[in-house]
Amino acid sequence: MGHGTPHGQWRVTKLELVCPAGSLPALRAAIENGADAVYVGFRDGTNARHFPGLNLDPEEMREGIRLAHDVNAKLFVALNTNPIPGTWERATRHLHIAADLGADAVIIADLGLLDYAAEHLPGLRRHLSVQASATNPEAIAFYARMFGVRRIILPRVLSASQVKDIVENSPVEIEVFGFGSLCVMVEGRCALSSYVTGASPNVSGVCSPACAVRWEETKNGRNARLNGVLIDVYGPGESAGYPTLCKGRFRAAEEIYYAIEEPTCLNVLDLLPQLSLAGVTAVKVEGRQRGPAYVAHVTRVLRSAIDACTANPATYCPDRRWISALDALAEGRQHTLGALDREWQ
Amino acid sequence: MKLALGPLLYLWKRAEIGEFYRQIASTPVDIVYLGETVCAKRRPLSGADWAGIADLLAAAGKQVVLSTLALVEAKSDLAAIRRITRNNRYPVEANDMAAVQMRLESTPFVAGPHLNIYNCRALGVIRRAGAMRWVAPIELTAGALDGILESRPEGLEVEVFAYGRMPLAFSARCFTARAHHHPKDHCETVCDQYADGLLISAQDGAPFLVLNGVQVQSARICSLLLDLDTLRDLSVDVLRLSPQARHMPEIIRIFRDAIDGVITGDAAHKTLLRYAPADLCNGYFRGSAGMEQCV
Repeated sequence: MGHGTPHGQWRVTKLELVCPAGSLPALRAAIENGADAVYVGFRDGTNARHFPGLNLDPEEMREGIRLAHDVNAKLFVALNTNPIPGTWERATRHLHIAADLGADAVIIADLGLLDYAAEHLPGLRRHLSVQASATNPEAIAFYARMFGVRRIILPRVLSASQVKDIVENSPVEIEVFGFGSLCVMVEGRCALSSYVTGASPNVSGVCSPACAVRWEETKNGRNARLNGVLIDVYGPGESAGYPTLCKGRFRAAEEIYYAIEEPTCLNVLDLLPQLSLAGVTAVKVEGRQRGPAYVAHVTRVLRSAIDACTANPATYCPDRRWISALDALAEGRQHTLGALDREWQ
Repeated sequence: MKLALGPLLYLWKRAEIGEFYRQIASTPVDIVYLGETVCAKRRPLSGADWAGIADLLAAAGKQVVLSTLALVEAKSDLAAIRRITRNNRYPVEANDMAAVQMRLESTPFVAGPHLNIYNCRALGVIRRAGAMRWVAPIELTAGALDGILESRPEGLEVEVFAYGRMPLAFSARCFTARAHHHPKDHCETVCDQYADGLLISAQDGAPFLVLNGVQVQSARICSLLLDLDTLRDLSVDVLRLSPQARHMPEIIRIFRDAIDGVITGDAAHKTLLRYAPADLCNGYFRGSAGMEQCV
């Protein structure tokens, strides 16, 4: 490793692979398949994947940190919802637990929680969650200066050239999403879910929660409703996806179509050399709600791709088998570069 | 309680905008937010045009605040915000931390509804950064607002979104251009065809959301006329009314009369139904789904 290879300069920006885990088995799957870091959350609304049966209690988190550290992987704890007065103390309590357990970083979105962490736990590394909506160098400068944030996770709304610009102007590390379900909206600036169901990513850590979903069989097919709102209608034989409310078919004027976004998955394998060359520090996989098998597959493919890109960025080309393996796991079984590609916008 | 007219969220023609604010000058609104918060590609007015409108409103006794973009990506977006934050005349509404960062150690600003202030400590941070007024996020409940204001920073004004289609989300994608099958880079600003946004409905016909360029709004109109007593108990200083194409002076008058006790909240609510272009809702404030109407 690192003995004067012809591409030695690329080692400086070797992308760190950050993978999701909603359980200890998923965490094991991530580190066994080559994740450099794993991110997890506590089993409640303090993180943006507050789903039934998901996430870790403090004892599991202790075990997760041990497992990760045993193989020199890092463990990040997401505390990335916005606490309101009634949930503030829970958030700060969890922050202290994460620090006491030896988490390598906490991922925070909320201004108040960042301020609290900077004051009470200055030695605990702080990453700025995607939920903080930092999309430009001035906003990044604000968070770096006010709270000593060391890494920024960019919202999935920037074009590739904008990402490059931001990295060049950023005093701190930049992490981007590489694979997983695509949020079409600026993360942290979307209240669609609470408008329909009362529960939002910002406050409750959920989007289009399962408890609000109702399926109806009709003679024309299946209706998917979210708190009564008809999100989509599937014809006989048509495969039905989860009714995330921004990925349904609605009527505008005379047309019924995916007015906001179709079910699809972000996949940046094509852009790995550009991201690496731009100086991006880490690539993140979305999906703490996914099972261990999914995490294992996606981690293995991303590991291979990043290693290939690092070994020879100039000739790197995503293997077709990687793409088809990922598409088989992808939402809607299709992928996109999302906002990184201006045509998508 | 004071009344504020929020920033115009739609793309109207230059003459329509001028006429709209000339009407507003003679309404009983105390504060007027001016400028583009949704999309930097919309430029119906020059800086000089906006300055003229600002001066007209200031001369009519309104406090003028210059609003800034909520989604800030391009260098040109930052340059536009920098120009606004450097004006020496009017306070600025920050809708992204970029504007807060530029405003730091400078003159006071209004912390806009998109800054995600959900607790006392966050409010303290933004106050120390120089905020003179805070516009609560639309999804905040009365209960959460009560908790936050228990330790209200000295001298900080509080504003609540009280009328209009709620800005629910922002994206890099332009949904209006998408509806017209245009790529965003060649959008031809088709959003100027929809004075109150482009309504989308569920397949059973129920109105659902409104597309407004890169912004998604509620189809229903938020109104807190039935919640005036609670707003008063919370010592909310300012109610924000969001511009719509028709009947804005009448709507301002209804809110003014209801606040002043000239008419009851219930009577005002019934009158408002005549002027609101869609069903009303107040679910967020009541701790329910935002689209719901609680009585």
